[in-house]
Amino acid sequence: MNSTTPLNSAAQPGARAARDTKGVPGARGAVLTAPRRGPASGPRLTSANWAGWAFLAPVAVYLVAFYAYPMYRNIELSLHHYTVRSFVHGGAPFTGLDNYRSVLSDPAFGPALIHTLVFTGVSILFQFWIGMGLAVFFTRHFRLSATLRALFLVPWLLPLIVSASTWSWMLNSDSGVVNYALHSVGIAPIDWLTSPKWSLASVIIANVWIGIPFNLVMLYSGMQAISPELYEAAELDGASAWQRFWKVTFPLLRPVAAITLLLGLVYTLKVFDIIWIMTKGGPAGSSATFATWSYQLGFGNLLPEFGPGAAVGNLLVVMALAFGLVYIRAQRKQREA
Amino acid sequence: MRTLRRPRTTWWKTGVGLVLTALMLFPVYWMVNESLTRDQDMRKTPPNWFPVHGTLDGYRAVLHQQLPYLGTSLFIGLGTVVLTVAVAAPAGYSLAKLRPRGGGLLSFALLIAQMIPGIIMAMGFYAIYLNLGLLGSVPGLIVADSTIAVPFGTLVFAAFMSGIPGELLQAAKTDGAGQLRTFWSIVMPVSRNAVVTVSLFAFLWAWSDFMFANTLDSEGGAQPITLGIYHYIGNNNQQWNAIMATAVVASVPATVLLVVAQRYVAAGVTAGAVKD
Repeated sequence: MNSTTPLNSAAQPGARAARDTKGVPGARGAVLTAPRRGPASGPRLTSANWAGWAFLAPVAVYLVAFYAYPMYRNIELSLHHYTVRSFVHGGAPFTGLDNYRSVLSDPAFGPALIHTLVFTGVSILFQFWIGMGLAVFFTRHFRLSATLRALFLVPWLLPLIVSASTWSWMLNSDSGVVNYALHSVGIAPIDWLTSPKWSLASVIIANVWIGIPFNLVMLYSGMQAISPELYEAAELDGASAWQRFWKVTFPLLRPVAAITLLLGLVYTLKVFDIIWIMTKGGPAGSSATFATWSYQLGFGNLLPEFGPGAAVGNLLVVMALAFGLVYIRAQRKQREA
Repeated sequence: MRTLRRPRTTWWKTGVGLVLTALMLFPVYWMVNESLTRDQDMRKTPPNWFPVHGTLDGYRAVLHQQLPYLGTSLFIGLGTVVLTVAVAAPAGYSLAKLRPRGGGLLSFALLIAQMIPGIIMAMGFYAIYLNLGLLGSVPGLIVADSTIAVPFGTLVFAAFMSGIPGELLQAAKTDGAGQLRTFWSIVMPVSRNAVVTVSLFAFLWAWSDFMFANTLDSEGGAQPITLGIYHYIGNNNQQWNAIMATAVVASVPATVLLVVAQRYVAAGVTAGAVKD
């Protein structure tokens, strides 16, 4: 990679990576652009230090007030027994890990865990390999290739509520275009969103669609960095296209692929909007993941259970951070390499 | 031989590319098609593949019912951009050029912050806003929406500004400019492309936000367009024609920004930040 590509590769994925607000892993590809710190930065003048922190002060205050404090409030919620009354007026009794215990022994826990893993795993599997196939395809420059590649970004940039409601309508049991298409090839209509058997598959399909552009952009920019001479050499040696992919592209793409997968994991784990808008985690919890279950507990019922909701949410944070730290490590390694 | 053969294979690939793109964008086409379909045709079998009896009823409904939502979203989006750039740009400059002790720790905190699931933040903000009486307020929603963009923005600014040559800053210092002056009169103008990139994404995320809006503003007087669509869906007699028309209108900024952002991101990459 030359020095300019990282900004390109990062700023675009950032768009949605961000989308956590986008399974669409949103913008957060930006992490790729974290500045490199010189190892030998030498003694600094204290005045430079002061100026440096003066410029950093807004963001430091911001992080404490709008990240650390809500996080703290969330942990505090999960350690107390809150009712609506005590939520408003205070005075909830401290109950230690009771909320976590009740969440772990809840009959909804097992299914939610499995749905979270299946949703994340299957989404990533399809997003990644479809993105990979498209990236390979787009590296063969042809007329309109740049324009078409840009058009592939559209699903990623649409507001999630737009994508989710469009898919809801397309997957409608009686009048959806998907069931009509199935009907015309002789397949009986499927209750995509209203049967417990298919609801998880439905939200996965929508999420894969939204996530493909991120994988495409990341992998494509990684492939751009591979020297064309390697392909020419492989071709001279008589390697087929299939062999060229597995012997040249894939090994050299591994660092970028690893980062794409890890970022995808972190952002797919926390997908909420699509599932909530399409199925609300239902019917009967059949598409509930940790993210929607947590929200359901806190905001989805007439009688909110803030404590257990926060507890589920904190379990999700632990999972996301575990993958996140692996990602940061991989990122460092790649930069040092 | 080769030169003769190339154009033909290229056209074949273009054909495949067009088919793939059409497949990928079919849901978008369908949204537009349905937004123009009459209510009585919405549940027809077979569906109309083209808006043959096109109607603008859906868009009329948008004009009559959704304009305030669109205005609120625009305001929230712009507010989020201002807040994000104001917080992120100085921090990016500091991390890239001043590098104070402990700055590395802050970069790490920013990376971690990006990984925290939004629902956790939403729940925390809900608890805090409830006690502060900020539920349903637009400034409250702007602050919450900005949390999506500030870590990203800071890291983009830092990456971008680290490309500014040290001599430029040194020259400003020699001319007697203080840090603040250097930042405002040299660094910011030179970083215009980074400002545009960060602003575009901050706007888009705030415009698209559903989770914070639904959590923090569902009872509010001024609600964004994402909630406007959501209320439509929640209605019992779902008017899919109007829902799809609203969805199309809500997608306009994304589409416009895609075109603009592409240009600016590309410009940022090629200009090497400091040429103009």
